[in-house]
Amino acid sequence: MSAHDEDHGPSRRKVLECMTWAGTGVLWTVAGGVPTAVGLLDEAMAQEVKGFTFLQISDSHMGFDKPANPNAKGTLEEAIARVKSAPGNPAFMIHTGDISHLSKASEFDDAEKIISQARLDVHYVPGEHDILDDEQGKLYRDRYGRGTKGPGYYSFDANGVHFVGLVNVVDLKGGGLGHLGNDQLEWLEDDLKSRSASQPVVVFAHIPLWTVYPEWGWGTEDGAQALAYLKRFGSVTVLNGHIHQVMQKVEGNVTFHTARSTAFPQPAPGAAPSPGPMKVADDKLRTMLGTASITFRQNEQRLAIVDTPLKA
Amino acid sequence: MKNLTALAAGAALLASLGLASAAEIKVGIDNFTFNPQDVKVKAGDTVVWTNNDDIPHTVASPAHQIRSKPLDTGDSFSFTFTTPGEFKYFCSLHPHMTGRIVVEAATGDNGAK
Repeated sequence: MSAHDEDHGPSRRKVLECMTWAGTGVLWTVAGGVPTAVGLLDEAMAQEVKGFTFLQISDSHMGFDKPANPNAKGTLEEAIARVKSAPGNPAFMIHTGDISHLSKASEFDDAEKIISQARLDVHYVPGEHDILDDEQGKLYRDRYGRGTKGPGYYSFDANGVHFVGLVNVVDLKGGGLGHLGNDQLEWLEDDLKSRSASQPVVVFAHIPLWTVYPEWGWGTEDGAQALAYLKRFGSVTVLNGHIHQVMQKVEGNVTFHTARSTAFPQPAPGAAPSPGPMKVADDKLRTMLGTASITFRQNEQRLAIVDTPLKA
Repeated sequence: MKNLTALAAGAALLASLGLASAAEIKVGIDNFTFNPQDVKVKAGDTVVWTNNDDIPHTVASPAHQIRSKPLDTGDSFSFTFTTPGEFKYFCSLHPHMTGRIVVEAATGDNGAK
């Protein structure tokens, strides 16, 4: 806790007035802690984005080879190549889970080989596809779980922003949704307790923490409890994966955002009989895969989330 | 075919009980749904789940210590139900997917239903 501790009083906070998005992405700004969309981001603006930037990558599904994308390895390589050539200087990357398709060691190896080419630190949380080994996540924890608690949750600070990685894919109950569990919720409450409400918080987890579409299991049954602990913070950004498409919602001071997959798209909620890999025309696939970039501008209290598809 | 040992154990048990040949009941996994969702079997019958989706699923019933390995496309999991009762299960990856097996006591003329 350092520079971010200065008080941005509620008087300076603005309520979200509008939200515009289309095409390549949205530019979000945070005025005094409340995210505001200022308009469509074009490439020129992307070049100008300065400040503390980190990237989000999600749902790599190494090992996936079905018709929706027979070469998930190739599209991950393309995504990482774009990360390497992207403007700005990202501090690190977060990966919001489903690194692998079937939790095989060879799949984790492939992911590592490709993602490490970005030469960035990567902070991971597991997806349900990453804990399919006999010991329900041991392979994942051995590789990515150092310094984490339980099934792999943790927090860290970077450039004055507090980051919390949560795990909502273990011990799922029949008929239920994503699940955090009491141990993790208690840990989260404790982790946030002593922090200044003016510190920006970024929470990331695989399954959306908000209820996107419960009929398809797209939500977290005890996510509301986690959000209750975050309520007093002026700027909260929740980044998720799992649904393989960009969705956003703003509720009070909380911005919810889901990232694209680099492996295959899924249908919009209710637009198909079920979720799952969606086969699209070959020339359309890359417009539905991609990564996200998130920028904080400390002095201006601005936060920008930009979703970049592999192909515009 | 996974869980051949469970099948073999079930078959051995049936042989030792001298029951008529048990039935094999198929449950498909299609579009994130167990199909059919509700199945009635007799004790000794074997249920075979086959995943027809392009995404892995599991068959899990923690209360009854049933847990398949992840079933990739085309993979199957078999379980022989020897005790009468209600077995609710779900996919541990996508827990909104639920199903139920109701096992009735074997009547002796098991094969004739």
